[in-house]
Amino acid sequence: MARRGWLWFAAPAAVLFIAFWLLPMVGLAIIGAESRNGQSAYLTVLGSEQYWMSLLNTVVLSLAATLATLLLALPVGRFLAWHPRFPGRRVLMSMLTFPLAFPGVVVGFLVILLSGRQGLIANLTQWLPDGPLVFAYGMGGLFLGYLYFSLPRCIGVISAAAEHIDPALLEAARTLGAGAWRRFIDVELPALTPALIGAGAMSFATSMGAFGTAFTLATQIDVLPITIYNEFTNYANIPVAAALSIVLGLVTWAVLYVAHSLAGGGGGAGA
Amino acid sequence: MNHSRIDTRIGTAITLAVAAFLIGPVILSVLAGLTKNYFVGLSSGLTLRWIGEVWALYAETIWRSFAVALATLAICVVTGVPMAWVLTLHRGRLARAMEELLTLPVAVPGLASALALIVSWGTVSGLRGSIWFIVIGHVLFTLPFMVRAAGASMTHADLTTLNEAAATLGAGRIARFLHIVVPNAMPGIVTGALTVLTLSIGEFNLTWLLHTPLTKTLPVGLADAYASARLEIASAYTLVFLLMLIPLLVGLQWLAARGDRRAPLPVNQKPRP
Repeated sequence: MARRGWLWFAAPAAVLFIAFWLLPMVGLAIIGAESRNGQSAYLTVLGSEQYWMSLLNTVVLSLAATLATLLLALPVGRFLAWHPRFPGRRVLMSMLTFPLAFPGVVVGFLVILLSGRQGLIANLTQWLPDGPLVFAYGMGGLFLGYLYFSLPRCIGVISAAAEHIDPALLEAARTLGAGAWRRFIDVELPALTPALIGAGAMSFATSMGAFGTAFTLATQIDVLPITIYNEFTNYANIPVAAALSIVLGLVTWAVLYVAHSLAGGGGGAGA
Repeated sequence: MNHSRIDTRIGTAITLAVAAFLIGPVILSVLAGLTKNYFVGLSSGLTLRWIGEVWALYAETIWRSFAVALATLAICVVTGVPMAWVLTLHRGRLARAMEELLTLPVAVPGLASALALIVSWGTVSGLRGSIWFIVIGHVLFTLPFMVRAAGASMTHADLTTLNEAAATLGAGRIARFLHIVVPNAMPGIVTGALTVLTLSIGEFNLTWLLHTPLTKTLPVGLADAYASARLEIASAYTLVFLLMLIPLLVGLQWLAARGDRRAPLPVNQKPRP
């Protein structure tokens, strides 16, 4: 086969990937199995209430942010798909997609400007009897941050899927007497399900691993990326940091994989 | 009309609210970076003083980020474009598996990839303290975007046929790759390149663990400023970062609007915050 001769063109990228990612990852997994105080770090992690809480916090927060993101992104995506032309659409689109390129640290800072001690919300709520509302430096701020970076990603995926819904289907449902709500439930929602699963998985996975946002808001928040970072830098507990990283990596990858299979590969999780 | 008036109204309201939520804080940040005293408000007047201070304090991180991004891009082009071509020619199970594997560094949290790099390569003298350590991390994270964008262009241009035609005319592999594959895949390569630059300039999760005090990049400097500098300087620094992103993003938008609609939009792929 003439195509075989091309295979060595793949070698540079493959070597790079194997040497700097695959083998180091295997190394990390092995370090996690190394014993400290007589048991492997995986057992330490699995037997510790503290790490389970951290994982639970991360999962619950990511799940909540993902659900909220989908609830908001669905009407926005539909709106953009049904209105392909109106004055100001381009500006609106740039407003909705600009934050895609922001790193987590910047998102964290924006959350502080919004809901921190000197933030907009604190300024607007100074009249409250309990003092101004400040919630940037904890779970509330992190939730807002996850929402901030998930929304642009999900809106893009959902509106692309909504554009592909055949208007004839909706027309037919209408002729058969289906009301607006029934058409939404019976026609649109099933058509959008793969996109919703794909976007949701992407948002969940991103939130699970988001380190920069939490790092900017407060290093006290008990979510897994921060726990890993603290184990590594503050306690130099490399086996536990390694074991936790492997657990986090596996959970994240598994969610993406399951969603990818459920959505039939159409969700475009991008990962 | 398939959509009721209430439906449209709710859609408009939520869309505007979401747009305000996404862009409002950016405007706050830009204003804070240009205001004499943010706590007094805009009435204290506008100034470029904070931008000047950012330049004095952090210019080095800005240049370093450019250097890291360009080095990352060079490696991504040299390794990623040939890889994309091989994956375009081979559609079998092994090729799919390779493609999936390459995207793992994007799917797995950056913190884990960085720890793995440090554990395996951190002791190599001369590497740990150089910017190449950061470049390696960025290449792993951005390579899949280059492979995907270039590959989309190659499939789209039906290069397999062109390539076979050139082969019958006696052109060697390297000649065919350089004179047929690369020029025809150019739109995808450019899209991939802009994506790689955007991601590298903003990368934090890997870089925070990979950097040393002598190899701080822009996002690392931002994290420093957020933790310790006054709000106006942190905002001005953010503004400088946004100004660096804008040409890249405008370029991507332009390419997407003019280019093949079938190629996946890079903006829909995900950098990890």
